[in-house]
Amino acid sequence: MIFGVPVQALMGQLLVGLINGSFYALLSLGLAVIFGLLRVINFAHGAQYMLGAFVALLLLTVGGVNYWFALILAPLFVGLFGAIVERTMLSRLYKLDHLYGLLFTFGLALAIEGTFRYFFGASGKPYAAPAQLTGAVNLGFMFLPIYRGWVVIASLIVCFAVWFMIEKTRLGAYLRAATENPVLVQSFGINVPLLLTLTYALGAGLAAFAGVLAAPVYQVSPLMGTNLIIIVFAVVVVGGMGSILGAIVTGYMLGVVEGLTKVFYPEASNIVIFVIMAIVLILRPAGLFGKDA
Amino acid sequence: MRKLLLSSVSLGLLAAPALAEISDGKVRIGILNDQSGVYADFGGKFSYEAARMAVEDFGGTVLDAPIEVVTADHQNKPDIASNIARQWYDTEQVDTIMELTTSSVALAVQALSVDAKKITMTTGAATTELTGAQCSPYGFHWAYDTHALAVGTGGALVKEGGDSWYFLTADYAFGYSLEENTGEFVKSQGGEVLGAVRHPLAITDYSSFLLQAQASGAKVIGLANAGADTQNSIKQAAEFGITAGGQRLAALLFTLAEVHGIGADSAQGLTLTESFYWNRTPESREFAERFKERTGAMPNMVHAGTYSAVTSYLKAIEAAGTDETEAVAAKLHEMPVEDFFAESGKVAPNGRMISDVYLLEVKAPGDITEEWDYFNVLATIPGDEAYMDPAESGCPLVQG
Repeated sequence: MIFGVPVQALMGQLLVGLINGSFYALLSLGLAVIFGLLRVINFAHGAQYMLGAFVALLLLTVGGVNYWFALILAPLFVGLFGAIVERTMLSRLYKLDHLYGLLFTFGLALAIEGTFRYFFGASGKPYAAPAQLTGAVNLGFMFLPIYRGWVVIASLIVCFAVWFMIEKTRLGAYLRAATENPVLVQSFGINVPLLLTLTYALGAGLAAFAGVLAAPVYQVSPLMGTNLIIIVFAVVVVGGMGSILGAIVTGYMLGVVEGLTKVFYPEASNIVIFVIMAIVLILRPAGLFGKDA
Repeated sequence: MRKLLLSSVSLGLLAAPALAEISDGKVRIGILNDQSGVYADFGGKFSYEAARMAVEDFGGTVLDAPIEVVTADHQNKPDIASNIARQWYDTEQVDTIMELTTSSVALAVQALSVDAKKITMTTGAATTELTGAQCSPYGFHWAYDTHALAVGTGGALVKEGGDSWYFLTADYAFGYSLEENTGEFVKSQGGEVLGAVRHPLAITDYSSFLLQAQASGAKVIGLANAGADTQNSIKQAAEFGITAGGQRLAALLFTLAEVHGIGADSAQGLTLTESFYWNRTPESREFAERFKERTGAMPNMVHAGTYSAVTSYLKAIEAAGTDETEAVAAKLHEMPVEDFFAESGKVAPNGRMISDVYLLEVKAPGDITEEWDYFNVLATIPGDEAYMDPAESGCPLVQG
């Protein structure tokens, strides 16, 4: 027993926290990439996550395309959509205050979600988990649905791959350089606007990937992103705006903290992340992993 | 020519008193509910459409005055709802507000309407407080309440041996009311309540709470939540092997709209309580088919209940010969409610409209022969059993 809670139950809650943390990490990763490299606060991230889930649903119901292909196709579609949005609209706002990017993406999110609510209703549609991943394993202290285990693994792999690409590869170096000093990087013959478009597409694609992962777990509904996006923003702020490693680590960490709160004081479970955010902002305004204090 | 003028003037004089019985020369009904959040399918624009159908079926006018339906989204926030209600009453000549999904909103608007001396007819909210301690002389509660849900679903499960309960409760007025009513009913039937966990409204992951419910060892996990919250709870309970482990789920407030949302695969075998099922009688079917043509969905008890409430309100104006609040409220209290929704409904002194409710079971996917035909009707629970005895409701209006 720990504080009146059986150890077994606590282990279960830690694992559930880790699973939720996987979604937080994936989503905040995309936000951090976009903010870190484009300095855009992407409020459309929740909508792009929802789009990912809906593309998977439509691929299945209309085209008969299964989950595994959807896991690749949906991020590509949504990434392409992101690229078009960035090229035609968002790129015009880079020279203005950050607030304009925020307002634009916020409006975009409302428009996308409203459209989907109009056509699909608020209760949404179910999406079945692929046959290979249904069922559950009995871990002794809890019943772990195989699909949830897959979510943790998939999220860890993708988070690592994105971190590696941006921090350790040449392309990542170009990207980081382009945000430091776009004029100089351009003078070396590198197409900076293209890099920025690709970055936004990558962020949107990551959100869509999380959306496809979430589709079998949650109801696929137009509101699924709205409920999550605010938490994810808090995760990014705690991790340090723009810090990619920070977003990943904080995502998992806050998932676990939230899980524990659900045991000890369930009523506070939806605000605990914001309480942590407030404390971090007071003590370390740049976030736990932020570079510039 | 002069004669014509004179006669039209006198006609005008004759017509004037009749119109004067209707304030502002028209009857305006406001449908205030959640149109963008978790309860948007539960009530939402569908209730607005049901209200419009009721007005059209009534002929579009009452006592020669045109009837209008206006609507707004309260986003499940009592403060927003109160602002809209005040604006409607004060500057937009709205005569009555109906639907009012979300208990906290319904309580706020009903209280405010007492001061404004306007009639409210709640169809979308569940709390028994509306006709209990916080009842209003001008407040009416149609369609269902937490007591009826407790008696229906709670009673059925206790009878089948589900005598120990653990609640997963939405953390606001409605959840408490549902948990309390069901808990009391379970205890009165000889069962016990092992505990409860409160979750915030509209979160995405319920697995932590479900694991706690699982650990309690209760035979029945009562879902004292609604809309998307219940949908996700049910899906995730299946995922974590809770239902496979022998514990039963009681979706205490779950309607056709939500069953359609998660699909018969996930919902099959659930028992639930509604005061309306579209495929029960030829009359309900007739309305449902017309409703589906306009909205693309079959109606649940909130939508059908809204139709019934609007119709009853208009009948009461006609019977009273005026839209003055006291007179209409008196007529609503005294007239029986007879339509496809309520076969022999009556309004109790506390404002509760009492009619039969139905215990329903979701069919297995293979047994569904027609789209939207999700339910078997297991039992009809007479209104007097389903709803609280008005004398025990705690409503001060009843004692007098």
